[in-house]
Amino acid sequence: MTAASLLQAIKDRFPLATRACHSYRGDATVVIGREFLLEVARTLKTDPAFQMNFLMDMTAVDFSAFGSKASPAFFSSSGVSVKASPQIPDPDPWLGPPGPERFVVVYHFFSLALKHRLRLEVPVDEADAEVDSLTSLWACANWLEREVWDMFGIRFRGHPSLKRILMYEEFVGHPLRKDYPVNKRQPLIGPVN
Amino acid sequence: MARATPPVELDETLKGTPGQLETREMLLNVGPAHPAMHGIIRIVATLDGEKIVDADVEIGYLHRGFEKMSEMVDYNGVIPYADRLNYVSPLINNMGYCMAVEKALGLSVPERCHYIRVIMSEISRITDHLTCVGASAMELGAFTVFLYMIKAREFLWELVEMVTGARLTVSYCRVGGVKGDLPDEFHEQCRKALDETRKVLAESDGLLTRNRIFVDRMSGIGKISADDAISHGITGPFLRASGVDYDVRKDCPYAVYDRLQFDVPIGTRGDNLDRFLVRMEEMRQSIRIIEQALRDIPPGPVLTDPETGRPMAAAAMVDRAKAGEIQAIADARAVTDPTLDGSARPLQSSIAAGEKRVLLPAKEDAYGNIEGLMRHFKLVMYGHGVRPPKGEVYFPVEGANGELGFYVVSDGADTPYRVRVRPPCFFIMSALPKLLIGDMIADLTPTFGSVNMIGGELDR
Repeated sequence: MTAASLLQAIKDRFPLATRACHSYRGDATVVIGREFLLEVARTLKTDPAFQMNFLMDMTAVDFSAFGSKASPAFFSSSGVSVKASPQIPDPDPWLGPPGPERFVVVYHFFSLALKHRLRLEVPVDEADAEVDSLTSLWACANWLEREVWDMFGIRFRGHPSLKRILMYEEFVGHPLRKDYPVNKRQPLIGPVN
Repeated sequence: MARATPPVELDETLKGTPGQLETREMLLNVGPAHPAMHGIIRIVATLDGEKIVDADVEIGYLHRGFEKMSEMVDYNGVIPYADRLNYVSPLINNMGYCMAVEKALGLSVPERCHYIRVIMSEISRITDHLTCVGASAMELGAFTVFLYMIKAREFLWELVEMVTGARLTVSYCRVGGVKGDLPDEFHEQCRKALDETRKVLAESDGLLTRNRIFVDRMSGIGKISADDAISHGITGPFLRASGVDYDVRKDCPYAVYDRLQFDVPIGTRGDNLDRFLVRMEEMRQSIRIIEQALRDIPPGPVLTDPETGRPMAAAAMVDRAKAGEIQAIADARAVTDPTLDGSARPLQSSIAAGEKRVLLPAKEDAYGNIEGLMRHFKLVMYGHGVRPPKGEVYFPVEGANGELGFYVVSDGADTPYRVRVRPPCFFIMSALPKLLIGDMIADLTPTFGSVNMIGGELDR
């Protein structure tokens, strides 16, 4: 399926769940409410129209600092900004951060049979950062969700053992959050057992 | 063995049912630093005798915060970090990242650059597979094969050094092209190196493929079914050994892979032997690809010719320039009438105006003239740099271990808002317990060898 027809098919199937969709640079992207995640993912995997048998990747983005990077005043207009030429209408503009929520969990699906890709975005609030786990559908979700928990502190409901994967157990905080300072030091702790 | 002393009375706790001893499971820690571990990783295996009944894999020992660091440097600054993700085929990572940023910028690169990228990434694929196969053969006692393969890898790394100037930390790809053109003697040297590699492959094939000891150690070990492999998100040679025909180069072609002839080897049993055979065949196919690419590579620039330059008829461009509308044509690319094409055609793209500003200038320019120095300054100095439009892109390439994807989010600033790598061996490692359980402890070595774990990319 092409990106456009794939998005249309998903909009038709889940009119309630779909919050927004676009195919910026040809990547079909759908933003859904988190309460629909499990249902949408299951349909994407099993429905013959989608057949997304691969959960290719999963990550999260912390949108809390989006577009607010402090640029030194002297350089604020420096560098080379690339903008779409005004003469070329962009058929599919990017819609900006998917919602007011701080985090977005990003899933990349791929269908081996139909050779199409889909990006699924699930916005989650900081106060209640929890989404359903996809471990029941894809085995790789186990480690991927552990990594997202480790790096962003987003919990996954129904995950068999949600513990840190790249950082050590005693590590405090979630390093890929935008408010985690890059140069912060923490004591290195040896193995417990 | 004859016993001189009478049998010792058994301890109470060891007494099981009559006629058989009660057994206990044993925990064995393999790693974090173990000679047969290809990086720092810890496997806690639960053993019943020699059989692995459970395995717990612990990763993260080599976490350097690649993704966090990428948010702190400009877009070009990530390229050297991307090298260090995979230290046996850094060029593929390099290229994957640059292509993702090019997608975010809406840039397209010249033909010749595509071919160079294909050649370099296939050379890297061969070095990667040579390392993987050689090291796992060595761990099974076939030290000769290791030496042969490292010899072949040396020939290929000399090629890499010749082109990029470095063996490992290449930083060869640029957003919008590659650092420099292939050197004059490259074609000849490359043919020689490929011939040597082919000889080494034949030798190693003779030493291993029908070697009784090797086959016995590999065959039927570390099996994974196609469904399990897909569920674990495994890609690359590992998945293909399980009989699934998925190769990013064929299924989502990038660069010029759709114009090159090559076969994708598929296994049937999904065991260590199949993975070995798939890798061996892939190396031969990569040689095929390089030879075709060397034959077809067109002349022309290796940087520039970017897409933001929308094509505009040369005459129209002149008219608008005369009317003073310089801004409107600033990022346009002149298209001349085909009848005007002549021997100077390849030079045209270096004359035509285009969005050349996002491209790092060639080193000769940066050091040799003031325009080049200024362009370089505008791209690398603090607070400057490329600023792609706001948006997000995902770009997959076929790494030596499987699908290597870069997900880049831009907020219009000079540093990437988020860079995420999809490391292919992360997914294979997550399936490692499944591969190990049921096999003997001695099978851990070949199975883990066939995973080809790359710590830099696994832990980022």
